[in-house]
Amino acid sequence: MAVKTAKPVRKKAIETRGIRLTINGRVYEMEVGSEANQVGPSHTLAHTLRETLGLIGTKVSCDHGACGCCTVLMDEKAVLSCMTLTIECDGKKITTIEGLSDTRAEKLDPLQQAFIDYTAFQCGFCTPGIIMSAKALLNENPSPTEEEVKEGLSGNFCRCISHYHVVKAVMAASEKVR
Amino acid sequence: MANTYRFIGNPTRRKDATEIVTGSSRFLNDIKLPDMFYGKVLRSPHPHALIKKVDKRKAQKLPGVKAILAWEDVPDWRGGTPRYTRVLDQKVRYVGDAVALVAATSEEIASEALHLIDVEYELLPAVFEMEEALKPGAPQLYNEFPGNVVTPGVPFFGPKNLKEVVMGDVEKGFEEADVITEGTFGYENMPNPLPPEPPGAIALWEEPNKVTLWVSNQASYMDSIILSHIIGRKVKVRTIGGPCGGSFGSKYMSWQIQCYVALLSKATGKPVKLVFTKEEHLAVFTMRPVSRMKARVGMKKDGTVTAISGRWLIDTGYYSMTTQSQVAVGCGEVQIMVRCPNWDLKPVIVCTNRNASGIVRGFGGQELKCILIPLLSLAMEKVGVDPFEFLKKNFVKPGDGYFWRDGIWYVYRGVDYTNAMDKGAELFGWKDKWKGWLKPTSVDGTKKRGVSVGVHGNADIGEDASEAYVRLHPDGTAMLFSCITEHGTGQRSNVVKMAAEVLQLPMEGVSVAPSDSLINPYEFGPAGSRGTYAIGGAVIAAAEAAKKKLFKLIAPKLQAAPEDLETVDGVIFVKGNPEKRIPWKAMGVDRTITGYGRFEPDYTLSNCMMTFVEVEVDTETGKVTLVRVVNTTDVGQIIDPPGLEGQLNGCLGSGGIDSAIFEETILDYSTGHILNANMVDYKWRTFPELPVIDNVVLETPFPSHRFHAVGVGEVATSPGPVAVLMAVSNAIGVWLHDYPVTPDRVLKALGKIGDMRKGGMR
Repeated sequence: MAVKTAKPVRKKAIETRGIRLTINGRVYEMEVGSEANQVGPSHTLAHTLRETLGLIGTKVSCDHGACGCCTVLMDEKAVLSCMTLTIECDGKKITTIEGLSDTRAEKLDPLQQAFIDYTAFQCGFCTPGIIMSAKALLNENPSPTEEEVKEGLSGNFCRCISHYHVVKAVMAASEKVR
Repeated sequence: MANTYRFIGNPTRRKDATEIVTGSSRFLNDIKLPDMFYGKVLRSPHPHALIKKVDKRKAQKLPGVKAILAWEDVPDWRGGTPRYTRVLDQKVRYVGDAVALVAATSEEIASEALHLIDVEYELLPAVFEMEEALKPGAPQLYNEFPGNVVTPGVPFFGPKNLKEVVMGDVEKGFEEADVITEGTFGYENMPNPLPPEPPGAIALWEEPNKVTLWVSNQASYMDSIILSHIIGRKVKVRTIGGPCGGSFGSKYMSWQIQCYVALLSKATGKPVKLVFTKEEHLAVFTMRPVSRMKARVGMKKDGTVTAISGRWLIDTGYYSMTTQSQVAVGCGEVQIMVRCPNWDLKPVIVCTNRNASGIVRGFGGQELKCILIPLLSLAMEKVGVDPFEFLKKNFVKPGDGYFWRDGIWYVYRGVDYTNAMDKGAELFGWKDKWKGWLKPTSVDGTKKRGVSVGVHGNADIGEDASEAYVRLHPDGTAMLFSCITEHGTGQRSNVVKMAAEVLQLPMEGVSVAPSDSLINPYEFGPAGSRGTYAIGGAVIAAAEAAKKKLFKLIAPKLQAAPEDLETVDGVIFVKGNPEKRIPWKAMGVDRTITGYGRFEPDYTLSNCMMTFVEVEVDTETGKVTLVRVVNTTDVGQIIDPPGLEGQLNGCLGSGGIDSAIFEETILDYSTGHILNANMVDYKWRTFPELPVIDNVVLETPFPSHRFHAVGVGEVATSPGPVAVLMAVSNAIGVWLHDYPVTPDRVLKALGKIGDMRKGGMR
């Protein structure tokens, strides 16, 4: 019975707020609420990206911050989008895997190109998260050592064991950027 | 020998490369259909109970809930081998067993509804330990499996399907032995293959008798066959495969989740998607079987094995779909690993009240080797034989034979792997590093290093049938119809590469049809290491058949015999007279040409993987560090160098080498709950902890198909775990026989800490 009464109250309290965030260079103004296409207070950034905005490049694997599959950039730093509430992203700049390449110009980020050149993936499910972690690393440290690359990717799970190819690809991309 | 192929053996870009690196690959959970509902499963908190009542009333009132199904609402669909396990049953048999299915307009609502379903259970006593389960009076999981012994055998493998290894005269063999060792050994830590993508499925049921499933699987065609057996052949089952975010065997059998969505779609009339959470993935989806064996081996001073006898217990958890298959293949594989004339090895598959076991790379053979090699090692130590020399001597050689899964004796006709093994040993520095059994390779203060080696071979490289069509188009392109799905090995691109090589078309000129069971012919899927020889064999045959038809059609136009024609880049010309040429367009713009190819099973070839490991043991902390791995094999002909390297590096993950070091699923044997069903508590290897891996790959042409290649991807995980166990034993000078070699086990072996019992009781 409590369910019946609780719902409208909850809805009313949060309907008036909105958030604004920039995703891959595009500004999104989103209402906070419990309707479809609104951002719920419990929605993670991963949920909003994938389910509300259709940016399916960000993958969800463990959904509790352990595997790094859902990594995106927030103000150039790597964050786990499954552990970040969307309502906390007000005013933030988010970059997802879709934001790395210019699909219309068919131009890939040097990291993405290096992942292709070094076949730095097998099943590919963890790849977007790994690329975003590597991107954050190179933003901070454009010329990392191999050990620094490994440390930078220490939160990313890969079960096929593409780690060796990934390290080579990130090193190659960092050299190109230098 | 220089590689003369245009594509084969050269690194080529994966067909799906751009999609993967840009995030545009559509994995199962990336698919959204119009009006789609979302499914969730209510799971049992009890390991063994009868469901007395399911009260759905509260949940049904929750807005957005579209269907709630309990056992009494669903048809009697059954899976398992034999098919005794109902999709929803009145009885639950493990913590996590499905009690009810919910479909709702969102995942959140479906989850909320689960909390509103009231279930009344009548608790039954449960049994979690296989030897307990075999005792008289133990709780019984199924009426059909008296004594909890699962019916042995796999009818699909034929009337004589392999259930044991029995040949020669073991008593005579033991009499001939110089040493006999015996003991009980286990590989019981249940590593989870744990692909990153959780299992999931989408179904659309269309009345009266049609269901379409979007699946994430390494063998999407087989899903349609398996489901039509389970659902009943009156229902037309179509399966559409897509990119699969890792499987390592596990997702080959996903019938339960596929049945859940089929039932929910049938109940709601809308498409329904259900994707497991990672907790469900770890706690209710299949993991490696538990293996234990009391065995006895006889050995001569020169390392000749005279007799092997043993009782191999396999705990399959609450049901078995494929465990009998794993036992059959494991029994075949063990004969490939060790030549012995006298065997009496008898498996017993047991069911217990825990999550089910299923397919993982290594498929029975890894499990069996992990418990047999420690016993063989005791004998090797007694007679003073080096494990490398032992494994090299005893691995199958041309002319040797084995009973394979169908119970038929096959004579091995592949290459001799001695050369590959020697090359690996040389690169590893085996001669310098091997100091004898239970002797460290080096000691540096509290750190001790040890080495060992393991081997594995599988004659599944030519198992089961495959079919393919290749369609040629007048514009000089081709399309391959093969129901192969991409699950990470790159084989979907590799078969395109093979077709491109046969047709001499640029790889961009050969596309591959979606892995849809409606349009493609039969495909068993890239299970085991069969992709290269078996699937490749069908694709090559289809491409050759299409080319032959094309030449027959064009020959009169070039006034030449069909066998004198050749084609490159969509232009046909006369061999030795390339001026006489004509483009494929000459077939007519209103025509396509289709060739059909089929691969017939061939069990006379086996692959081989030998793995050398070096470990460092910190005798203060007990921590084991994997320092170096050398994998060595012969594949006949490399198809794709980086893809192959990736597969071999995969030896660490997916329940492979790391299952000897830190990977384990921890079951609470008092409650039946899995205690580490999340990716923080389930340990996995991270980037900063990579050992050095070297892969030695020889290319001695195999009598397989046109490219003389065999597959090897699956077996990379299998030789390593036992090698680690033995290497740690050698480092510290004490036999370790439990997986994984956690710090507490090492310290206990060193006498630095006392005995610890499960549950903290003494």
